[in-house]
Amino acid sequence: MTLTQLSVFVENKQGSLVNITRTLAENDVNIRALSIADTKDFGILRIIVNDTARAFDVLSAEGYLVKATEVLGVKIGDQPGKLSGALEVLDKNEIFLEYLYAFMARTEKHAYVVLRVEDNDKAAAALESAGFHLITDLDVNKL
Amino acid sequence: MEQRYYQKEIETMPVEQIKAMQSEKLVKQVQHVWDNVPYYRNLMEQKGVTPADIKGIEDLHKLPFLTKSDLRDAYPYGLLAKPLKDCVRIQSTSGTTGRRVVAFYTQKDVDLWEDCCARAIVAVGGTNEDVCQVAYGYGLFTGGPGLNGGSHKVGCLTLPMSSGNTERQVQFMQDLNATILCCTPSYAAYIGEYLAEHGISPDDIALKAGIFGAEPWTEEMRRGIEKSLGIKAYDIYGLTETSGPGVAFECSEQTGMHINEDHFLAEIIDPDTGEVLPEGSKGELVFTALDKEAFPLLRYRTRDICVLSRKKCSCGRTLIKMAKPMGRSDDMLIIRGVNVFPSQIETVLLNEGYQPNYQIVVDRVGNNDTFEVNVEMAPEHFSDTVSALTALEKSLAGALKTMLGINPTVHLVPPKSITRSEGKAVRVIDKRKLHD
Repeated sequence: MTLTQLSVFVENKQGSLVNITRTLAENDVNIRALSIADTKDFGILRIIVNDTARAFDVLSAEGYLVKATEVLGVKIGDQPGKLSGALEVLDKNEIFLEYLYAFMARTEKHAYVVLRVEDNDKAAAALESAGFHLITDLDVNKL
Repeated sequence: MEQRYYQKEIETMPVEQIKAMQSEKLVKQVQHVWDNVPYYRNLMEQKGVTPADIKGIEDLHKLPFLTKSDLRDAYPYGLLAKPLKDCVRIQSTSGTTGRRVVAFYTQKDVDLWEDCCARAIVAVGGTNEDVCQVAYGYGLFTGGPGLNGGSHKVGCLTLPMSSGNTERQVQFMQDLNATILCCTPSYAAYIGEYLAEHGISPDDIALKAGIFGAEPWTEEMRRGIEKSLGIKAYDIYGLTETSGPGVAFECSEQTGMHINEDHFLAEIIDPDTGEVLPEGSKGELVFTALDKEAFPLLRYRTRDICVLSRKKCSCGRTLIKMAKPMGRSDDMLIIRGVNVFPSQIETVLLNEGYQPNYQIVVDRVGNNDTFEVNVEMAPEHFSDTVSALTALEKSLAGALKTMLGINPTVHLVPPKSITRSEGKAVRVIDKRKLHD
């Protein structure tokens, strides 16, 4: 029950991001969600796309350092307190959260959050038993 | 100022007499090395030279050169010319390559080295009434021990401060009325800044002269230090391989450093062909140690590019003068007074599982060197979390610090992002203006 996220190593330099997004666009890869973490030296672009394999190949071919990581995609009702509920589940189960970011679905009134945790299996089990719905790569294209 | 000398007879000896003395010492030294250093004897045999071929300094060019790589190959005892029971000291180069340079000293070697440093101190006006603050590092580095010994010989009250702890340096400088400061020029400049920041005027301290070496510095830096500390700033030259500081020293004229020619025979060669160049030419400085017993290097290539001059000096010394080194004939960098070879960085990267794709960026901000190493990220190290990547940078910086002895700032950069010119990566960007 995981989602595949691609991380791309980005130089903190003008034009770095536009080159990546252009490469994806030219190859018909659609970005469904993204987040950027940056320090003063470098950035890490994290994306969820409609075609992970293709995105991985075209970015690698351009010389980018790309890494695929399995993360959790959790469906969250678009109401106050829903995200907090999911995070409380992790906290209660002592699951360390590295980072998270959210995105909206186009078709339904739902928000989704991408969670990067230490132990995917443990977190997935805890969230599902608390009633949260997890999505997979297949679901991403339908959203 | 009134000229004083530590060993007047030698420092003002007529040139012909110095040369005769050098010839006599050279003949003896070559025999000593031939008899006791199989490594060098082997080099001589390969060149078809025997001690009988060396009748004086005019034959010096017949001898083979020694380079830093010979010193590494012969580490630790291969160039030792005395039994260890006759040796009393080692010193070592500041960088810590896998095979560092270790130099050995007999008591006589230490004595002569300290004499050289004493000449430098007297040349800047030092007497037994002075208080000499030695803020070079003490230990394996030659700076502290050398000037410390010289200061004793002159009879100065010696403050063996070692480097760092600026607050304490300044307190002792003020409370004990230090008159001579010995340290790296960048540290002298730093002390100057510290004084200004703490509202201490140059008039509040007793300092009158400084002896600064171990790293390149410019005339502009000299003027800055002189102003901020209210002193005259003098250059000093040396290297561990030949003894340490005091191979050459500056006098009141401040126009180059007198080489202690009774102990060190200097040549300028073409770094590409090895051919000896006429006096006044710019080339690589080569030294032959004439008196050293334990570690007598003959024709050691310093890799410093420099010019020698016999022009008459107003200080009365007849010893030949060397200009401030104008650069290097190899890729060695001197950063914060420490010798750094790009190959050392390469070694660390390979050890840590990186490709040797890196770039060193050195700059001088104020009077302090900045030292950055950009390293291309290896695919297997890449992670989606910032904490993992910053931990990588930190651990690489730690490994580099262990190898080099100074702290770099490490930046991970994307693969293939290091500038390549004509297919060859630019490994070193030195933005400092160290040579006038």
